[in-house]
Formats: sequence, C-alpha cells, structure tokens
Amino acid sequence: MWVSDFPGARLHVVTGKGGTGKTTVAAALALAIAAGGKRVLLTEVEGRQGIAQLFDTAPLPYEERKVAVAPGGGDVYALAIDPEGALLDYLHMFYRLSPSGIPARTLRRMGAFEFATTVAPGLSDVLLTGKVKEAVIRKQKDGTPAYDAVVVDGPPTGRITRFLNISHEMGGLAKVGPIKNQSDNVMAVLRSAQTAVHLVTLLEEMPVQETLDGVAELTAAQLPVGGVIVNAVREPVLPAADLAAAEAGRLDVAALAAGLKEAGLEPDEALVSALASEAVDHAQRVALEERGRDSLGALQRPSYELPLLTQAVDLGSLYRLAELLREQGLA
Amino acid sequence: MNATVPVPVLDIDATIDGARILVCCGSGGVGKTTTAAALALRAAERGRRTVVLTIDPARRLAQSMGLSELDNTPRRVTGVDESAGGFLDAMMLDMKRTFDEIVLTHAEPSKAEAILANPFYQALSSSFAGTQEYMAMEKLGQLQASGDYDLVVVDTPPTRSALDFLDAPQRLTTFLDGRMIKVLMAPAKAGGKAYLKVVSAGFNVFTGVIAKIVGASVLQDVSQFIAALETMFGGFRERAQATYDLLKAPGTSFIVVAAPERDALREAAYFVERLAEERMPLAGLVVNRVHRSEVTSLTAERSVAAAQTLEATGSSPLASAVLRLHADRVWLAVREQRMEARFSTAHPGVPVVEVAAQPGDVHDLDGLRRVGADLAGEAAA
Ligand SMILES: Nc1ncnc2c1ncn2[C@@H]1O[C@H](COP(=O)(O)OP(=O)(O)OP(=O)(O)O)[C@@H](O)[C@H]1O
Ligand SMILES: Nc1ncnc2c1ncn2[C@@H]1O[C@H](COP(=O)(O)OP(=O)(O)OP(=O)(O)O)[C@@H](O)[C@H]1O
Ligand SMILES: [Mg+2]
Ligand SMILES: [Mg+2]
Repeated sequence: MWVSDFPGARLHVVTGKGGTGKTTVAAALALAIAAGGKRVLLTEVEGRQGIAQLFDTAPLPYEERKVAVAPGGGDVYALAIDPEGALLDYLHMFYRLSPSGIPARTLRRMGAFEFATTVAPGLSDVLLTGKVKEAVIRKQKDGTPAYDAVVVDGPPTGRITRFLNISHEMGGLAKVGPIKNQSDNVMAVLRSAQTAVHLVTLLEEMPVQETLDGVAELTAAQLPVGGVIVNAVREPVLPAADLAAAEAGRLDVAALAAGLKEAGLEPDEALVSALASEAVDHAQRVALEERGRDSLGALQRPSYELPLLTQAVDLGSLYRLAELLREQGLA
Repeated sequence: MNATVPVPVLDIDATIDGARILVCCGSGGVGKTTTAAALALRAAERGRRTVVLTIDPARRLAQSMGLSELDNTPRRVTGVDESAGGFLDAMMLDMKRTFDEIVLTHAEPSKAEAILANPFYQALSSSFAGTQEYMAMEKLGQLQASGDYDLVVVDTPPTRSALDFLDAPQRLTTFLDGRMIKVLMAPAKAGGKAYLKVVSAGFNVFTGVIAKIVGASVLQDVSQFIAALETMFGGFRERAQATYDLLKAPGTSFIVVAAPERDALREAAYFVERLAEERMPLAGLVVNRVHRSEVTSLTAERSVAAAQTLEATGSSPLASAVLRLHADRVWLAVREQRMEARFSTAHPGVPVVEVAAQPGDVHDLDGLRRVGADLAGEAAA
C-alpha cells in the first residue's frame, strides 16, 4: 500500500497553465484516490465538458454520474457544475424554490443567469465554489461522507486564486446576510487542511513561471498549496556525458561518425553534421527543462512527474498515470 | 509525402509591407505573442513605422523588448535596426487602465469619478466577459487613428477559443441591450416616481430573491454602478461597431497562428471559416513550432534498425542514441505534416507558412529575428 502525501485532503483542486494537462491529471488523480474501494467525485467548473471528452461519454448533465471504476473497485463519479444549475440548487436548498416554480422561471426569463455570469464572473464563481463545498461536506444518511474525496478540474493558474478566494472577496462586499454566512463556510473548507491545490506544469518557461506566480498568489490568499505535477516529461535520450558535451557545443563528432559506420551507414559529412545538430537541439531542450526543474525545486513543494505519452490519452493511459501518481504518493 | 493539392505559401514580407493592421489570433499558447512580435520587428527593420500591442508576453520576452511597465504607452524598442527608416514601438495592454481611460473619455467628469470609485466597478470592470478582447480592439483603433504608425500589429488575449476575439463586441453589446441591464438601469434613468411604473411583478420577485441572496445593499450598489456606467454605455455600441468595422477595412489582415496539433488546427479552421463568413481578410496560417529533419537520406525505420544493430553489441551508445533521436524526430515531423495536410485539404485556398520549433524559448530580438526569417521563408542561417 502506498502512503499519500496528503492524507487529510478531501478536496483536491487541480490548476495549471492552459493546456498543460489539468483535465488529464485531475481525472488520473480521481482514479488514483478511488483505487481500492473509495468513492470520488470528479468535477469541472468551466463548462468545457472536458471530462466527458476524456472518458469518451456523452456530455455530462448537471447530475452526478459514474464514469469509471478504479482498480480494486473504487468508483469515480463525475459532475459538470454550471452556475445556473448551482444557483437553482442553491435556491432549492435554502429557499425551497422549485427549479420549475414561478420565481425560478422569472429569473430565467429575465436573463438573470446570463446577467450574473456576464457582469460578474465572480458571482458565478461563488455559486461554483459553493457547490464544490456542498459536495465535500455532504453526508449520507448514516452520517458518513457522501464522497471520500472531491477532485476539481479547476480554472487555469491565472484565475485560480480569484476563483477559490471569491467567497472571501464577496463576503467582504456583503457585510451581513446569507451570502456572508455562506461565504464564511466556503472559505473555512477551502483554507483548511481538507483542501490541497495542486499545480500542473510542463518544463517550459511560461508554465513554470505561472506555477511560481500561482504558488505565491495562493499562499498570499492563505489557500493550501498541494503538490506540483510536472506533466509530459521526456526522458533524455543521449547519455549524460554526451548531453553535457552537446549542450556546450563539443559533441564528439568523430565518435558519432565511427558509430554510424559501425551501424552500416555511410557517414558522409552532411549526414554527420545534420545528425549532430539534431543532437544539439535535443541537448538544449533538455538543459532548458533542467532549468525549469531547478526553478520548481525552489518552491519546496512535493513534486510528481508524469511521462509524455506517445499515443492519444485514453482510459488505459489514465489508469497508467493514476498508478504513477499513487506510486509517487500524490494519492 | 506528396500533398495532392499544392498549398499556397504565405508571403509574409508582402503582407507586412502592405498591411496597416495585422491581427494575430489563435488558440491558447500557440505562439500568438511571439508571432506578433516577430512580424512587427521584421516590419520595422524593413522600414515601416511599427507598433506592436502585446498581451501577456512571457516575462523574458517583455524584458528584452523593454516592456517593464504596464502603462498603456507605446515605448521605443532598442536594438532594432532602424537603417531602413522604420522603428518599433511596443506596449503591453493593461486592461484596467484601458477601461478607466474609456470611462474618463466618455463619461461626464462628475460621473466618471463616481464610476471609478464604485466598489463594483473596481471589482468587476476588468472581468466582464469579453472585456479583454474588446479592449484590445479599442486600443488598436486608438493607435491606428494616432497617425504615428504605418503598421499596427496586434496580439490577442489568451483565450481557449480564437473566436472569442471576434465575438467580444457582440457579446458586450447583447449584454448591454439585455433585459436585466434595462431593469437595473431603469430606476436611475427615470427617477423615483417612474421607477414604480417599471416595477413589474416579475421584477419584485426577482429583486426579492436576489436581495435575499446577496443582501439588499449589494443590489443597490450594483444598480448604482450600472446606472453610473450608462453614459459610457451610450456611446459604446457605436464604438464597438466602429472598431469592428476597422477589422473589415482595407489594410487589415488576420494572421491565424496554430501549433501543428489537432486541437490547435481545429481552432484555426473554425477561425478561418468565421473570417470568411464575416468577410474579414485572412492573410494566412502560421504553423508554429514545427519539427523537421534535414536528414532526408535516412528514414526513421533505417535509423531505428541501425540503432538496434549498435544496441545489440552495446558499442557506440552515442551513435545509437542519436539515431533514436533522429527517428523520433522524423516520426513527429510526419505526424505534424499529416495534421497540416488535413487542414489544407479542408481549406485549400489558405496560404500557409511554417515556423520551426527553436530548441529554447524565444525571448530576445535575435530569437524574434529567427522566427521572422522562418515566417518569410528564408532558409535557416
Ligand atoms: N502526459 C501526457 N502525454 C501526452 N499528452 C498529454 C499528456 N497529458 C495531457 N496530454 C494531452 O495534452 C492535451 C491537453 O491536456 P488537457 O486537456 O488535460 O489540458 P488542460 O490543462 O485541461 O487544458 P485546458 O487548459 O484546455 O483545459 C490533451 O490533448 C491531452 O490528451
Ligand atoms: N517557434 C518557437 N520555438 C520555440 N519556442 C517558441 C516558439 N514560438 C513560441 N515559443 C515559446 O512558446 C511559449 C508561448 O508562446 P507565446 O507566448 O507566443 O504564445 P501565445 O499564443 O501568445 O500564448 P497565450 O495564449 O498564453 O497568450 C513562449 O515561451 C515562447 O517563447
Ligand atoms: Mg481542461
Ligand atoms: Mg500571448
């Protein structure tokens, strides 16, 4: 049995620069936590239907649905949270307003939802985080938690702090009343050890920089930073000594030519120098990645690496990534 | 691989010499900012008085262009070859400041103050959906009207969909024409008495519910905020229209940037189709960060076989590793070319140019010049 680095966490929020693999990692993490018989809710909040695409199912309704079974029998449920659904939920829960009743219909007719999401993405963030919190604290009839963990495929790094901290900001605008109470409750969960915000990055300049900035912003807002997941890592192909030489522009061209000859190729000068320059490109890329790794190391957060997959990401590869996350202790 | 239909080549030099506005769009992270900066630098060094409006550049690129401040003022970039008579100015767009400037320009002074001071304006002004895109357009209009430049090159905000940029003005206008805005603005517009008239049963229910949720004082703040913005909104539609028209004016061209990947090329295809629908001029597609191999005499298969020969005996690990690298690179190139061919088959008339993936990030003028040379189809030095 592997031991998790975040044993107390029940809410895992996954963020990262756009396109770095947030959705992929969130799904793998949900599978990793579920492994061995847990119930996990995987949610998305950006209206992208990324989870449905990843699990190759029809678009998710506003409803918790089982999308995968983890190794050893755990279940992963999925939910695409949207602000309108969350608002209707909220009105239903706190004001017993039926979604099909007159007040709810009036709101819809007035265009209140579009209004809320357009004028104040903040307002919809309140609803989205509120729904996430509800799923985290929800209890079954016997008093045990409805889900062992909730994994959120979150907004990108540039928006994550504002997203998670929105209740705090809105709570500041509303001095009293239900919004105030509600936002205090949400922040209590988000700032507790129950929550871990993980950052996905690639070993490239901009994603690494965004990760550093993101950690600083989350920390300043007292939001608990979890781990750093370095995604799509490529193994260096060249032997270490040759890498260093190539990067310094001292690749042993004679040895390369000799080796090519031995392999039965005709090592004319054009071939050798073209192949050597491909090796130099590779070495420079590896050096750049190494610098990225160093910068991330300075964060002193637990870090996890996932390999670059050569095929399209499918359910099989998600299981493999989940296994790797477990071995490394993220789940 | 032989493409069945010859793909027209995007002539970048003709494009930057002829255009007055160039808009670089594409999905997130594909290289819009890099392409915009490289085009602008090349234009400047070819003798055009050029300004590039960048959004969110990578930190080191910003530094090397002298963009240390977000102050909405174009500044001269040093290190540019100005011998042909051109120059390069660069600026980073600051959303909040651009918004403030619009308020100050278009609202009466007394109202402007109230708007700028309203807590909701401060919290929300820069987060209206589409604001960023709209602001980029607005700023573009201003720079072009200044008459200081032959060419304005615009970068677009990092959105997941390239279409967001074109949809922003319409979305803002629709929003401003929406019922909610009308209702919320009505009280201030009509004064206390007429206010009562517009208060329908529906509105009562609505405010009741909202007030319950957010608290009555918040609702009042929002209402005041919207009312205060009214003057500004008055001129908004015309300006949105004018800016949109500028994008169709002669001299404007769009450059669509994509990575040689399925998702990015699909986005590029949507965008190209949309431009055609809107009758907006497309210069062509830039496929950025492509991998190619100059070693045409050695196929991936032969390369792998040769590597295996060496690996079997354990001799020359350097050569076998280099051969494996080469094979991977060729396979990647083939995958990328297949993606591009798919795009070109569906959009046969669209001129295309490829920019090689540089081994490191593009973060200085020399890097931009190399990208510029690729864009112009010059053989790598
Ligand atoms: N380890 C990996 N190896 C190879 N491909 C990967 C890997 N991780 C993710 N991908 C691919 O990269 C692309 C982006 O991944 P994903 O959608 O998870 O990113 P994201 O951060 O959620 O993106 P967005 O910001 O658009 O929501 C997808 O095509 C995905 O299949
Ligand atoms: N041809 C290239 N070779 C190598 N690196 C490149 C190339 N083009 C861009 N890059 C690098 O890729 C990263 C992203 O590029 P850039 O910022 O131009 O993308 P963008 O489309 O503007 O992204 P965003 O959508 O986030 O604004 C930068 O670090 C840049 O240096
Ligand atoms: Mg995603
Ligand atoms: Mg950019």
